[in-house]
Amino acid sequence: MRKLKELVIEKLILICGLASIFFVALIFLFLLKEGFAVFKAVNPFNFLFGKSWYPISDPPQLGILPLILGSLLVTLGAAVISIPIGVACAVYIAEVAPAKTKEALKAGIELLAAIPSVVLGFIGMVTLVPLVKSVFHIPTGLTALSGSIMLAFMAMPTIVSIAEDALYSVPKSYKEGAFALGATHWQTIRRVMLPAASSGILAAVMLGLGRVIGETMAVMMITGNAAVIPRSILQPVRTLTATIAAEMGEAVVGSEHYFALFAVGIVLFIISFAVNVTADLFLHKKER
Amino acid sequence: MFKKWLVVLIAVTFAASAFAAKDKNSIQVKGSDTMVNLSQAWTEKYMEENPGDFVAVTGGGSGTGFSSLISGACDIANSSRNIKDKEIALARGKGINPYEIKVGLDGLGVVVNTKNSVGKLTMQQLADIFTGKISNWKELGGKDERIVLLSREVNSGTHVYFKEHVLRKGSPDGKEEFAQNALLLPSSQAIADEAAGNPAAIGYYGMGYISPKQKPVAIARDEKSEYVEPTIDNVLSGKYPISRPLFIYTNGEPKGLVKKFVDFILSKEGQEIVLKTDFVPIKR
Repeated sequence: MRKLKELVIEKLILICGLASIFFVALIFLFLLKEGFAVFKAVNPFNFLFGKSWYPISDPPQLGILPLILGSLLVTLGAAVISIPIGVACAVYIAEVAPAKTKEALKAGIELLAAIPSVVLGFIGMVTLVPLVKSVFHIPTGLTALSGSIMLAFMAMPTIVSIAEDALYSVPKSYKEGAFALGATHWQTIRRVMLPAASSGILAAVMLGLGRVIGETMAVMMITGNAAVIPRSILQPVRTLTATIAAEMGEAVVGSEHYFALFAVGIVLFIISFAVNVTADLFLHKKER
Repeated sequence: MFKKWLVVLIAVTFAASAFAAKDKNSIQVKGSDTMVNLSQAWTEKYMEENPGDFVAVTGGGSGTGFSSLISGACDIANSSRNIKDKEIALARGKGINPYEIKVGLDGLGVVVNTKNSVGKLTMQQLADIFTGKISNWKELGGKDERIVLLSREVNSGTHVYFKEHVLRKGSPDGKEEFAQNALLLPSSQAIADEAAGNPAAIGYYGMGYISPKQKPVAIARDEKSEYVEPTIDNVLSGKYPISRPLFIYTNGEPKGLVKKFVDFILSKEGQEIVLKTDFVPIKR
């Protein structure tokens, strides 16, 4: 009886495990099937490097270069802002902060992770957008920079918590050795702790960026969504995610526009897959 | 034991609500964001008078309404544009027969910031502004400032209407497009907010969204015509050049409960609500 129970449970778990892989495979196949249909209408080169995105015109112009560059620019901006702050914050929490401050900071960061992105977008729209406009004296505050700043807030919790774990997992003997040799606290952090935890920190950064590139709601609300090739970070941009979200409702099922949006999905999938695999590689490197 | 019962209870509730959605006494209305407030106002009044009936309204854009009508997810699709041939073909393929009913008119207001000195434009100037040919307010007698274009997203009937009737001047094989640097904002409210706060902005949306925080621009058909303010009287008389019909679409001629609701919309009372929500009634 007991054996039977064991067997049933074992098989159930196996099915659950397989199901997740099965669903991922199905989703991917569906994405490929729907996305590749667009290449009957436009060749892949013109799709990836075309400069105009006018999906509802007749005939539609389906060039997603402005969208790819928009996504990359916003992500890059968010990286520049969130990586230094995030890593420094992790170092402070793991190495410097007294126990009470540490608890307060960790709670604060968890809270930051709990804010829904639409709320962040809304806050950004009414506070950050007018600020960016007046600080830089630009025609509109709905820019890539506004998006980057808001997304940096979203990437930070991921970066801080994973980077902090990486710092904790550096063997204590490293630190003690450094102190024994007469290194100051800062020297220990910079020359011993950070290099020892570097692969984990890189993974943290990649996972944080993975979150940024897939983010939709906040960027749709504050980046202006103009499908133009950005020349500076103070210009409006349209991201891949915002394009899918804004246009899916209208696209006539089975039209070129509809398939093009799935193809945009494939591009997005490839980018975030690459980011996650890179993060995974770094994490495994650490384990060895 | 208690937990088990709780699960059963929840399951029953879900099943019941699933049935309720299919109830004969309920109508699902979906579509145009422009018409959401209007539709909601009709619904409230209608349900007050017919307590047994239930009408649910959601927005999403005219295109969303049509795709729901086609997939059978709603009974009435609100639309601020005519149905496209492609959509009709798709609907026929699924055994749905879209039936068009005109329920009102909407004047599209063009708005600028209250600090902007430019207060009137011709249709040609408007087209040049939104296609990017005119890019500085000083070309229109305003300050030396780059024009910030505000448009709705492509899933909006308002966006499509403005492109076809202002940018392309109604010509079916026009090639004009919105300038690439036009900001595409997700809602009329977002455009209203940006226009209220940005001295260089120009945007467009249904008249109902115009508030004292923005300045509506008077529009003339050409240089020789008179400049007309977007008011209900001017839309009704046909003087104001940018107005469009508002439609609802049903599957075939309305029957039963849907007919009762449509009749209410077209009644004197329903048309008064049109006027109250800042649209223009088709009958007075």
